[in-house]
Amino acid sequence: MDIIAAHGTTFLAIAVIFGLFMTWGIGANDVANALGTSVGSGAVTVRTAIIIAAIFEFLGAAFAGGHVTKTIRKGIIDPTLVADQPEILVFGMLAALLAAAIWLMIASIKGWPVSTTHAIVGALVGFGIAGIGFEAVNWGTIGQIAASWVISPLIGGVMAFALVISIQRLILRADKPLESAIRWVPAYAFLVGFVMALVTLFKGLKHLGLDLSIPMSFVLAAGFGLIVALVGRFAVNRIEIDPAADRDFQFTNVERIFAPLMIFTACAMAFAHGSNDVANGIGPLAAVLALVRSGGDVGQTAALPLWVLVLGGCGIVLGLATYGYRVMQTIGKKITELTPSGGFCATMAAAATVVLASRTGMPVSTTHIAVGAVMGVGLARGFAALDLRVIGSIFISWVVTLPVGGLLAAFLFFTLKGMFT
Amino acid sequence: MATTNPLLRLFGQTPFRPLQEHMRVVVRCADEVPGLFAALCEGDEKKIGEIRDEIFALENKADEIKNELRSHMPKTMFMPVDRRDILEILDLQDSIADTAQDIAGALMVRPPKVLDPIRGPLIDLTGRCLDACHQMARIMEHLDELVETGFRGRDSEIVLAMIDELNRIETDTDHKAIDLLTELFAHEGEIDPVSLMIWHRLIRWVGDLANYSEKVGNRLRLLIAR
Repeated sequence: MDIIAAHGTTFLAIAVIFGLFMTWGIGANDVANALGTSVGSGAVTVRTAIIIAAIFEFLGAAFAGGHVTKTIRKGIIDPTLVADQPEILVFGMLAALLAAAIWLMIASIKGWPVSTTHAIVGALVGFGIAGIGFEAVNWGTIGQIAASWVISPLIGGVMAFALVISIQRLILRADKPLESAIRWVPAYAFLVGFVMALVTLFKGLKHLGLDLSIPMSFVLAAGFGLIVALVGRFAVNRIEIDPAADRDFQFTNVERIFAPLMIFTACAMAFAHGSNDVANGIGPLAAVLALVRSGGDVGQTAALPLWVLVLGGCGIVLGLATYGYRVMQTIGKKITELTPSGGFCATMAAAATVVLASRTGMPVSTTHIAVGAVMGVGLARGFAALDLRVIGSIFISWVVTLPVGGLLAAFLFFTLKGMFT
Repeated sequence: MATTNPLLRLFGQTPFRPLQEHMRVVVRCADEVPGLFAALCEGDEKKIGEIRDEIFALENKADEIKNELRSHMPKTMFMPVDRRDILEILDLQDSIADTAQDIAGALMVRPPKVLDPIRGPLIDLTGRCLDACHQMARIMEHLDELVETGFRGRDSEIVLAMIDELNRIETDTDHKAIDLLTELFAHEGEIDPVSLMIWHRLIRWVGDLANYSEKVGNRLRLLIAR
């Protein structure tokens, strides 16, 4: 208790710095992954993507980031085992945060596809085992999280597959594809708005003090969906159809109609990513904050203060503004084989899956879900060519990140413990 | 800092555009063949040489595209179409260019004697075989649309009809080839035996232009059927 009382402000300051460092890293690296499919299909310019990311990552973090943050903060390590030594928890959270951030830096420099989520979860588990004991880790929750890591890309894939099939049946294979496109695209816009709003608003936003019943959630979500659909209809009608463009590739104009949808899904993806990945940076920060505020009471269940989420959102935007935009430019230049319709299906499915995971408090890898969604589109014959070697590299990153994060966190934990005791 | 985005490496280079590009070069190759025979009938050796050079240059270009395409098709590539089907279509297309090359080469090395009665049927056959090549070209231009629709729907019906037409054209060329050969051997006494055999070869090759085109069409039919 004394250690916390003596160094509380220092710990808090360190936590804020590490948290900002981590969220900066997420903004610098991860965001480009989230919006890669949108930029690559050509429907969203890099500049638009950056603006969208800045706004919607922040909104996603602020509005929908609470559940995953709670899991990272309290769900993984059982605090009761160190009730008489709460500073252990503080050191552990700080160590985990720093370990994950460092690993993210190393991986970025080397160009390895590493999941920020896996890094922080691995780090927390590492600290838990090394710093307290095997029984300190909530293995039940870890089991659920691990399952979600496997299931979420599959869900993304299935959703994307279904979307492609629907677009093929309703639009691409129709007798008059262009007319079908103009008719159906606003319906897909409604779907984007509805799903994102429903998952976010379901039963309300507790940390904003907004309580909603289930029917009310549906009504509000439908209303939001309708607004998006109307905007979509307006945007579609404004598109100039150039009959000459269809001479080389019959579907040029049809794909143009999908462009507004790509913007909506880019927003949705940024929102979803913000909601899930901001927790990687501020979850531990929130834990430290709660401990310092309560003077070392590990059992307190105070709600997450809004400013913490806002801080996380700012960190992400900062990372994006200072470095992430360059990564997005690279991706936009290199992914040229995407069609807007295919990109829409992949991004929509990924965004919906991620935001669903955020809602259920599961920290998932946005990138892996995106890959799953892209594979789903490929299976439905929506993409022309996918190189499957990437799947192998993802598995390797799984295998490496968890132990490395854990070991690094354990090492840093003992360092911090030594420094302050 | 390198990018860590696996999505970047996920999207492979699509083979469909290069395949169409290859097809266009190959058809340009075949288009030079009537000129060859015209020059032969006029006895213009210099012209034959010029056209031969043109064909060789085009065939080289086709080979470049072919190798570029092949180098971007690892076994791990996941496509709506079987990798082997793409490679087979590529090979068949390439055979058309090779055949044009063979014709040009033969005419340079040992131009056969031209008989008046076969001039007409020869032009007839060559024209019809090129019709087959052009029909194949028209069909292959639809490839990117077929990919977009997943090889089903209205577009694939149109393409199937075009492939039926291609089959008819090729059957026509078979008849014309037989007519030409009949005419040739009817006058076999008027021509030296070497020229006779060379004509036999040449007519076979011209027919191959149509045969390979038809095979490409049939390959595409299989893709649509799946």
